Amino acid sequence: MAPIVSVSNLVKTYASGFQALKDVSLDIEEGEILALLGPNGAGKTTLISIICGIVNPTGGTVLVGGHDVVTDFRATRAMIGLVPQELTTDQFETVWNTVSFSRGLHGKKPNPAHIEKVLKDLSLYDKKDNMLRELSGGMKRRVLIAKALSHEPRVLFLDEPTAGVDVNLRKDMWQVVEKLRETGVTIILTTHYIEEAEEIADRVGVINGGKILLIEDKKDLMKKLGRKELRVDLQEPISSLPETLSSYDLTIEDDGNSLIYDYNTAGERTGITTLLTALAEAGIRLKDISTRQSSLEDIFVELVGARP
Amino acid sequence: MNLEAVKSIYFFEMARTRRTLLQSVVSPVISTSLYFIVFGAAVGSRIQEIDGVSYGAFITPGLIMLTLLTQCIGNGSFGIYFPKFTGTIYELLSSPVSMTEIVLGYVGAAATKGMMIGIIILGTASLFVDLSIAHPFVMLLFFVLTAITFSLFGFIIGIWAKDFEQLNLIPMLVIPPLVFLGGSFYSVNMLPPFWQAVSHFNPVLYLISGFRWSFFEIADVNPVVSFAIIIVFLAVLMGLLTWIFRTGYRLRN
Repeated sequence: MAPIVSVSNLVKTYASGFQALKDVSLDIEEGEILALLGPNGAGKTTLISIICGIVNPTGGTVLVGGHDVVTDFRATRAMIGLVPQELTTDQFETVWNTVSFSRGLHGKKPNPAHIEKVLKDLSLYDKKDNMLRELSGGMKRRVLIAKALSHEPRVLFLDEPTAGVDVNLRKDMWQVVEKLRETGVTIILTTHYIEEAEEIADRVGVINGGKILLIEDKKDLMKKLGRKELRVDLQEPISSLPETLSSYDLTIEDDGNSLIYDYNTAGERTGITTLLTALAEAGIRLKDISTRQSSLEDIFVELVGARP
Repeated sequence: MNLEAVKSIYFFEMARTRRTLLQSVVSPVISTSLYFIVFGAAVGSRIQEIDGVSYGAFITPGLIMLTLLTQCIGNGSFGIYFPKFTGTIYELLSSPVSMTEIVLGYVGAAATKGMMIGIIILGTASLFVDLSIAHPFVMLLFFVLTAITFSLFGFIIGIWAKDFEQLNLIPMLVIPPLVFLGGSFYSVNMLPPFWQAVSHFNPVLYLISGFRWSFFEIADVNPVVSFAIIIVFLAVLMGLLTWIFRTGYRLRN
């Protein structure tokens, strides 16, 4: 099946000379949730802005549903819903009016039943007659999502949807995203929260310095790049490693009470069996053993060299 | 043509007028009434008729134009500047609407509001002075064309403005002198020859003169010239707008 969004050799140079995107290519499949990770200024928002039509590209092409975003913008933009990063709202409008306005802008005839459903799904219905300035930040964020869903889009862009949102609301948002996925909406989200990508994404893209560093199935990515850590708690502390263990990549922690062994699950041999045998031969008695999988965050830091 | 979008923008903008009724409608009516009381009744009673028209009636077309220009520029510029200022413009730019549709929605609403107030002022004026309109269709033509042209002018100002100061620069500093010196309150024939010549460089003179001709058949310049001037101004603005759309000037960069 053709990808729902296809970005080819996209370049964006701003008037100031700053090159925000350098030859970005990427395909997004229909129905998936793609998380774009990257530090500030990586080019995430510029990429989204070009796909949605807010910023003109300098070079390259973007197709949405097979239509070009520049020459056939009516077709592409009608398919797209965008939730921007900033909490931009018309403060003096009511929730109902602002969401209905968005539907009209996208060329859809008024459909109060759909607007009602969207507002109910986002727990906004009881606030429908409130002015936006009366709402909390989290509620405003929901209004922006409601606006983006007002015209029944096939592709939804969420630019930092949970920035500045408290933990409960963030979990609620994830549920909303999950529900949307069930209806077949393709979701692209950018985020600073790695746990968010880890929790809800099918694929993860890492972007930095205007380039896509990688884009991969989340599970494959974690498997491929995922390092595991074996922690061995000792019955008695040791001050230094015996000679026989020097060939292993071990570090001593907790004042000599634990040994940490890093290994790669993708490797043919993890070395765990021989390590445990060597420990027994060296007369070191074990109290407990545990393993920990490295998180997406660790992978990210390794790739980008900075926290997102 | 995305008619739903044009309708949405238009009615969204018109709803703003309802919310700000005092500021949008009542305030221009009060200020115009003050002009009539001061210039029409108090000062005007001591001024002789101009070309057979009482002074109060003579200034009416000028006052309507003054309000129409200020309101249309104000509404046209604010309508598009406000979403830029709040950031909600993202939605407009990411919607399947062409720039022509955006202009139709915003400029249509600005012109409608301007004309509504213009009509209210005409009604208010008729309470103070005896008015007759010699050429109602010509009057309507000037009225509608001026409203559209200056709403479009306002729209361009709104796109160009980077802050509220720039937004108010032209409506506050440029338009009032042009209107006041464009013969709103006098016939330019009353000026010394030098200032008469200078006045002819003022485009607003042609608007007021043409508009006044439709009421009283008296004019400082040929009404056909007045009509041509509006059309030329409209054409220049359309050209400017086309350039803005093509380059995405201050919108998509």
